[in-house]
Amino acid sequence: MLISKPADLRYSEVTPKSVYLNRRRFLAGVPAAFLGARAARAGVPSGPGAKLPSLAKSPFSTTETPNTYNDVTHYNNFYEFGTSKQQPAQNATNFKTSPWTVSIEGDVAKPRKFSMDEILKLAPLEERIYRHRCVEAWSIVVPWAGYSLSALLKQAEPTSKAKFVAFESYWDLRQMPLARPELAGIALPYVEGLRLDEAMHPLALLCVGMYGEALPPQDGAPVRLVVPWKYGFKSIKSIVKIKLVSSQPPTTWNMSNAHEYGFYSNVNPQVDHPRWSQAKERRLPSLFQNHPTQMFNGYANEVAGLYAGMDLKKNY
Amino acid sequence: MLRSRWTKALAFLVCLAPLFHLAWRVWNQDVTANPTEFIQHFTGDWAIRLTVATLAVTPLRKLLGVPDLIRFRRMIGLFAFFYACLHVLTYLWLDKLFDFPAMLKDVGKRPFITAGFAAFACLVPLALTSTAGWIRRLGGKRWQRLHSLVYVTAIAAVAHYYWLVKSDIRQPMLYATLVALLLCWRVVSRTIRNNAVRRA
Repeated sequence: MLISKPADLRYSEVTPKSVYLNRRRFLAGVPAAFLGARAARAGVPSGPGAKLPSLAKSPFSTTETPNTYNDVTHYNNFYEFGTSKQQPAQNATNFKTSPWTVSIEGDVAKPRKFSMDEILKLAPLEERIYRHRCVEAWSIVVPWAGYSLSALLKQAEPTSKAKFVAFESYWDLRQMPLARPELAGIALPYVEGLRLDEAMHPLALLCVGMYGEALPPQDGAPVRLVVPWKYGFKSIKSIVKIKLVSSQPPTTWNMSNAHEYGFYSNVNPQVDHPRWSQAKERRLPSLFQNHPTQMFNGYANEVAGLYAGMDLKKNY
Repeated sequence: MLRSRWTKALAFLVCLAPLFHLAWRVWNQDVTANPTEFIQHFTGDWAIRLTVATLAVTPLRKLLGVPDLIRFRRMIGLFAFFYACLHVLTYLWLDKLFDFPAMLKDVGKRPFITAGFAAFACLVPLALTSTAGWIRRLGGKRWQRLHSLVYVTAIAAVAHYYWLVKSDIRQPMLYATLVALLLCWRVVSRTIRNNAVRRA
């Protein structure tokens, strides 16, 4: 039984300061809240905000304090729902993520489709508190929920031909009217990729929730990737397809501007973005861009071996 | 009506409204998880909007036949400078923590910062010489020639914005179009005037 009644206070039930200070907007939201409560009584089984079962602690978690739920859900890059940071929270509220399947195909012995229910039960869910480092030189700490991507990939049994993993996001103009390439400025559907050994690394998280709840739409519901040693755009959202392939797959931001966004995009203070320095980051909600960026976002001990002998300035 | 003292006071308040709006949002913590970015974009937006507005004054005076609009041009220009100052201040303070060597490195190395810096630098002498005393001291012709630096500001500001955005270029293209139209109007009206003079 995955979905149980909330036993204790959820992160999202703590009234954020911006809400209790902003009564008018809160009152405007009351009708929606009422409808939401009705839906819950009618027995909506899962979906965004549903409480996840107890999560195992992970040794990979940072001990840093997570950002607030409100911060993480109202400051998003999700161009299918608008190119400003505030738009996804407004435009993704009705994103329908059920039913949902993830297809695993390509160079695998057992290609198949997984339902969300199967994905949720495939392995014990862990809480992984990771620092999420955006290529825009800010970072936030998020308590994600999920398990290592390798658990899912192993189910499909990659063949010896498989060298890379290609990911694809959901894309539907009926649900995402702003997701036209000429509006978003990037090719869609959003695609990302990892080398197979990167994808099999235990840190690479197949993520289904955060703050103990199912993922909210703007954060990539119902299932996304979190690759904590790479810039945030590698952590593709709302995944529908995973394809094992023999050569390096195309990736969205690399296609948009290869000079600025490489295939690897490992967090690296020594390799600047052409338009800004990556040496320091702004640890939100701090105002100041004064914190030294960590090599591989602080996971050098775990992942540096994956890139032994590689020129990381060339393979940015 | 445009000659009344009150319209000038009203224009002053209108130009100040964005600052109050920003203060209100900061007070309500309605500035996203990244307040610095929000404030930077907000002040940058108003700096470029008011720059475009000053460029629009002369064409609107001629096209609409309301010469009194000139009374507001200096104020709009000074407010553009005011928001540009706030914009630059957030960069110097919150991004660079007043590390001037690092800032100069940025200006030299990164085209979008070079363009932004140029746009701002060109506004400084215009703000300083905006008083009646300076117009007198420089003489109308020379003052006007100096103040055509605002064209450099407008073009550099658009370039700064265009190079900043990651993919969605609709906003910078809107400003680029407005600036191009306002500059074209000047070229065309000057050509017509010169031809008229030659004929006469």
